[in-house]
Amino acid sequence: MGFLLIKRVFEGAIDYLQVMDEQGNIDQANFPKDLPDQKITDMYKYMLFARALDAKMLSLQRQGRAATYAPLIGEEATQIGSAFAFRNQDVFVPNFRQHGIFLVRNFPLDNFFVYWKGYEDGGKIPENFNGTAVCVPVGSQMPHAAGIAFALKHMNKDAAVIAYVGDGGTSEGDFYEALNFAGVWKAPLVTVIENNQWAISVPRKDQTAAQTLAQKAIAAGIKGVQVDGNDLLAVYKAVSEAIANSKNGPTLIECVTYRMSMHTTADDPTKYRTDEEVAEWQKRDPIARVKAYLVKKNLWNDELEKQIADEQLKKIDEAVEKSEQFKPDPRSMYENVYSFMPEELKDEEDAATASNFWQ
Amino acid sequence: MDTQMNMVSAINNALGTILKQDDKAIIFGEDVGRDGGVFRVTDGLQAKFGEGRVMDTPLAESGIIGTAIGMAIAGLHPLPEIQFAGFMYLGFDQLVSHAARYRMRTRSTISIPMIVRTPVSGGVRALEHHSENPEAMYAHAGGLVVVEPSGPYDAKGLLLGAAKLKDPVIFLEPTKLYRLFKEEVPEDAYELPIGKSKVVRQGSKLTIVSYGVMMPAVKNVVESKKVDAEIIDLRTINPLDDATIVESVKKTTRLLIVHEAQQSFGVGAEIAARVAEKAIYELEAPILRVAAPSLPYPDPGYERYYYPTEKKIGAAIDKVLSS
Ligand SMILES: Cc1ncc(C[n+]2csc(CCOP(=O)(O)OP(=O)(O)O)c2C)c(N)n1
Ligand SMILES: [Mg+2]
Repeated sequence: MGFLLIKRVFEGAIDYLQVMDEQGNIDQANFPKDLPDQKITDMYKYMLFARALDAKMLSLQRQGRAATYAPLIGEEATQIGSAFAFRNQDVFVPNFRQHGIFLVRNFPLDNFFVYWKGYEDGGKIPENFNGTAVCVPVGSQMPHAAGIAFALKHMNKDAAVIAYVGDGGTSEGDFYEALNFAGVWKAPLVTVIENNQWAISVPRKDQTAAQTLAQKAIAAGIKGVQVDGNDLLAVYKAVSEAIANSKNGPTLIECVTYRMSMHTTADDPTKYRTDEEVAEWQKRDPIARVKAYLVKKNLWNDELEKQIADEQLKKIDEAVEKSEQFKPDPRSMYENVYSFMPEELKDEEDAATASNFWQ
Repeated sequence: MDTQMNMVSAINNALGTILKQDDKAIIFGEDVGRDGGVFRVTDGLQAKFGEGRVMDTPLAESGIIGTAIGMAIAGLHPLPEIQFAGFMYLGFDQLVSHAARYRMRTRSTISIPMIVRTPVSGGVRALEHHSENPEAMYAHAGGLVVVEPSGPYDAKGLLLGAAKLKDPVIFLEPTKLYRLFKEEVPEDAYELPIGKSKVVRQGSKLTIVSYGVMMPAVKNVVESKKVDAEIIDLRTINPLDDATIVESVKKTTRLLIVHEAQQSFGVGAEIAARVAEKAIYELEAPILRVAAPSLPYPDPGYERYYYPTEKKIGAAIDKVLSS
């Protein structure tokens, strides 16, 4: 026996949570406490709604009626499960792929279409939305989330922030800085990593040598957990618990899911991934397993499914129609830059209005 | 041997030439490897030169540019790609605080030979942050060479010219021109001078200075209006070749500057100031600029209102000539 020269100063571990398996079987020990059947059915409807919205956006984009779009298909459990864990007062901080959560938070659907057609007018944040704008520069929303969480705590509000970031986004400095700030401040920040295995063409394994993304919490001194991101109930449970615990500080939740489709409508995934890989994940479809569970419990059937699909499609089509009534006003570009109108900008606006350049 | 190439193929060809000529050269960035870049500019290069020479990185722009600086210090010749100029702001600190200053800080004992390539420009109906024109910000830093080609032939020649420099180069590639037209481009290596502009059309009534993405529009308008204009393509934005501009203005007595970036505090302001300093008494009309409004690039729906279109260029030409 030699002398003990080094003592272990830290030990950490990351747990993985799954409540419902691919066949819809439940691990009763982990079943979320406050979850009535009705809520699961409601969540299931939103998962269908999100997928239907996604399909509509893709078809609009192909017809040139929408700009570049990032599909969510495959990530419904992560999005809807977490969104249902929100309380009204909790603040939602998205990146650019959480369309399902915009639905749950009742973002006006016609504005959603106006926005993704390429008009800031659709980006107006409704008063009761309680969330921030779509954020395209990867990871840069994370410090905002930490700042909002600080402010909520500072103002003694009983509310948390739920922020979303991709697997790729966890490589940005902003991500680490945000977790570190939130840790120091013990701020009520719940970060959901939507680990869909790909950052455009770069696979998860090339993004970091870390075994899990959840363990990035450890260095920030905050809680970290990994969950099956295609398991609605596991996501719901993990996010609910993190929100309940947010008074004591931040949590990082890695949701392991899969981007079933292209990165955006400008991308061709056949260049960098195999059909076999996609087929493998198809078997873990987040919607199929909830349906299996609900059908088993006699809470759902094909007739209901058809009825809901028709209702949802009608809502979507009406919103698209309404969005197509939208008429852009180029002066709005000038009038939403400052809280006041600088003289030089007014001159530019007047000159442009008086010209025939906008015809 | 010449081949018809668009700008994407011309840059791809130049990058291949650099990797072949210079075993210290290394290309890296987001999606540049297997995917060949989101615009396919590095397509096939990883397959040809291996993952050690053309590599995908984690998603972190400050990391990409900061490690490039480290590689340059250690003797490599890094050619990082930043996926869009709108995401290069995350690496702005590394560029302005280090790439631009290292040589001065160490009295030329350490230089930072690297080329940071990034797509710029609007006009392609892209989402927010994908239509930026940040050339003035980099030019303003001092210490960064800023180049923006206007066509396939220039793109290859300027890239190969930039590869000979010991300095950090910001190489701005206009997405709008990537596939807009083809030109005869020699398969063999050739270099165009960095820091020199080019008179691309002789004229006597008016000088029009532009660069990069706006060059085709400027040429179109001049041809269709049959104006006796001299057109200067800057090619390099910093250092600015004002001698060529001043000489031309002395001959034509009128100056119009066209760029896609915002008008206020832009490259046009610098050109106008230099001409005012060096040739104001030769001018017979006020200097005019056609540029974007003084506000951030809007989402694609408003782009057609915001854009310095051919119509706006035409009207400005009429105005300069009539005053
Ligand atoms: C700072 C920044 N760099 C690059 C990009 C271009 N880009 C858009 S999405 C993306 C990949 C993001 O991957 P991930 O964070 O995993 O999110 P996902 O798209 O998979 O949802 C990249 C590189 C960007 N938008 N912002
Ligand atoms: Mg991802």
